[in-house]
Amino acid sequence: MIDTTGAVGRPVLRREGGDKVTGRSRYTDDLVVPGAWHGKTIRSTVARGRVRSITYDPAFAWSRVVVVTAQDIPGDNVVQLIRDDQPALAAGEIRHREEPILLLAAPDRDTLTAAERAIHIEYDVAEPILDVDQATETYSTIEISKGDVDAALSGADVVVERTFKVGLQEQLYIEPQGAIAIPEAGGRIKVIGSLQCPYYVHRALKRALALTDEQAVVVQAETGGGFGGKEEYPSIVAIHAALLARKAGRPVRLIYDRHEDLAATTKRHPGVIRHRTGVTRDGTLVAQDIEIVLDGGAYCTLTPVVLSRAAIHAAGPYGCPNVRIRARAVATNTPPNGAFRGFGAPQSLFAAELMVEHVAERLGVSSLDLRRKWMLRLGDTTATGQTLTESVSSELVLDAALKAVPPFQRSNVPGVRRGRGVSLVFHGSGFTGSGEKKLGGKVAVEALQDGTFTILTASTEIGQGTKTIFTQIAAAALGVPLDQVTVGPQDTSLVPDSGPTVASRTAMIVGGLIHEAAVELRDRLAKPRKPKLPLRVDKTYVQPDTIHWDDQTYRGDAYPVYAWAATIADVEVDMLTGEVRVTDLVSAVDCGKAIHPVMAEGQIEGGMLQAVGWATIEEIKMKDGGYQNDRLATYLIPTALDAPRIRTILVENPYSGGPFGAKGIGELPMDGPAPAIIAAIHDATGVWLDEVPATPEKVLAACASR
Amino acid sequence: MRFTLNGRAVSFEGSGARRLLDVLREDLGATGTKEGCGEGECGACSVLIDGEVVDSCLVAVGQVEGCHVTTVEGLADGGRLTALQQSFIERGAAQCGICTPGMLLAAHVLLQQNPRPSEGEVRVGLAGNLCRCTGYTKIIDAVLACRT
Repeated sequence: MIDTTGAVGRPVLRREGGDKVTGRSRYTDDLVVPGAWHGKTIRSTVARGRVRSITYDPAFAWSRVVVVTAQDIPGDNVVQLIRDDQPALAAGEIRHREEPILLLAAPDRDTLTAAERAIHIEYDVAEPILDVDQATETYSTIEISKGDVDAALSGADVVVERTFKVGLQEQLYIEPQGAIAIPEAGGRIKVIGSLQCPYYVHRALKRALALTDEQAVVVQAETGGGFGGKEEYPSIVAIHAALLARKAGRPVRLIYDRHEDLAATTKRHPGVIRHRTGVTRDGTLVAQDIEIVLDGGAYCTLTPVVLSRAAIHAAGPYGCPNVRIRARAVATNTPPNGAFRGFGAPQSLFAAELMVEHVAERLGVSSLDLRRKWMLRLGDTTATGQTLTESVSSELVLDAALKAVPPFQRSNVPGVRRGRGVSLVFHGSGFTGSGEKKLGGKVAVEALQDGTFTILTASTEIGQGTKTIFTQIAAAALGVPLDQVTVGPQDTSLVPDSGPTVASRTAMIVGGLIHEAAVELRDRLAKPRKPKLPLRVDKTYVQPDTIHWDDQTYRGDAYPVYAWAATIADVEVDMLTGEVRVTDLVSAVDCGKAIHPVMAEGQIEGGMLQAVGWATIEEIKMKDGGYQNDRLATYLIPTALDAPRIRTILVENPYSGGPFGAKGIGELPMDGPAPAIIAAIHDATGVWLDEVPATPEKVLAACASR
Repeated sequence: MRFTLNGRAVSFEGSGARRLLDVLREDLGATGTKEGCGEGECGACSVLIDGEVVDSCLVAVGQVEGCHVTTVEGLADGGRLTALQQSFIERGAAQCGICTPGMLLAAHVLLQQNPRPSEGEVRVGLAGNLCRCTGYTKIIDAVLACRT
């Protein structure tokens, strides 16, 4: 791929940067919609049971507001996703705290609050299942098998067994969920919202409101962060807003406040991961036996896909002849868990990376040496039997990270101990297995009469730089300056379905399609007989025939390619308070090709700090099936003061299937920091936590029991 | 009641108990000020009141009678970006952009009060403004680049 424009690889200005620094950008709640009412979701206060009665206080003038119940749903009472288990509004049965039961809309907030107070819901309460061990329903099971694990374990010189626990985490995009629904002529309903996947919302609206393709219109407003949290949940917000708008016959704004967002929306799946690892006396890895249990919460959401990514990454970036991975996700009565950056991989890689540490400790060798001995190299085969044929960077990133850190120094402050930890991770770019093939993502690039070009895609800008890198890719392929290329609005009535903005697929898969379309457009425009403008070239993803995957056996090429990262964390542990401070965090990341190096670094650094939060302070405490700390005053994320100076080293080992060699890196930075931090805590204190978050209480307890 | 918004005299009729945040956004069209938490934890609604950074979700509009209020819309002078705004764009300090207005105002005051802050001082100055996208490194570098 040739870029004569110099657009690719250069830190050009963010396309919407000027609007973002001046306050001109319009996020959902910034939009002024004349005549719009305010909406509100009335939610369950119990974790499990049935709605016995709903009483509307006759003292309130109900004609002033609109009330929507499950009976008002014109289509299927389902939130369209994988399974049809989640109702848009509970129709009797309650499966979790904060489950939506009723919707209200009123002309102003005071009336809305008064109406909310005038509704009384009584329940027949049942005993909730809050522990995965008591779960009776399974959403999904996966088994990955290679070689003969039982024979290899019994033949191994040393077998190490450990159990790891990972906790819930909130995405905590700074802009809460929200949508505005506007009824239009011809039974059309337009929903403008804060979202990652316009066509997910489009499908969900059609199903619940019985709309045609044309009647449902979904538009993404400027979106203040997503991290997976705005992958599937916005379908619920959109359905609710649309139901209210339909019944009210006027626009309705449904904007969550932070408390509602924290209490009701999806979190990262917590889980328990058990490893049995067999090695020979010289440290050769002979067997990995891994069990994963994830808590899916009360409805299926995307849990089977999260479990799939967790299972495929569970062996870590290591080559082992005998592997068995048994993974299952179960139902409980907590609010449903869902998509969150990394999508299961941070959970399973946390365990895999710490397992290297435990085996190294048992053998009395350096965990770095063990990683070098075990790690996948070019031509090696993964747990699913995928032979890695290109862009394999385990060694490159490990060397680059080690080179970047200063010599380690122990603390000389009394009561404070310092430690350093390392991790090596890989992350599959794009959808798992046959996902991209089934999806068949679409884009178009159009040449206009005025000499400019428009990229038509449903891929969303949520801060990660989609609009800018797409422009760079298209401009480079077309051989035109950047300012001649714009990205069209993410509006389902105007752009094709490029697939969701998830799974580290936007730069590599959708960017690749844009490149293909732009190259074809350039060639057609260069023909001696000039074509008539506007001229539009459409492209649909076609999976290369070199990729083979079997959904039944979980054998084959799980991902087109992997991105790699080595992370080194330095921590200080206050032995009096148990507080862990990450003082230095360095990661060398192979992204194939950084289309925009500054944005790539920024995305990696943000992901790493999110992982620091998960590893240290972001703890969700449960009470009666709900989240106890469901406010920003009690759910803490790292501030500028808590954060170390995060350093990123970009390593470019190009992938032939990505635009200019690019691979996806959106999720990768979530994988490495947590195991590196736990290893660093061990280095500092001599105790293993084997779980995140490593809160002061847990650190103190572990040190005390030593 | 009257106050000055971005150098312009404004008057507001209504309950003085309403949150300044809502009055700015809903009555005065200054939607650059964002609501992230509504309880003074995230700083997305930061504004300047007589030159000090304040969370506008915690302020009743009645409290700013006669005050000078500055929002992100008041930073750029006649459409010309300030050095700080330019630095934020050039150095990748704005990703999703929802924390950016508050972050800019906090950084603006920090640099006014301390034109040559150390990295540690910048971190203290921005500790009331949460960002979930950047990991702060690029924001801090953008501020440090504007030291005079």
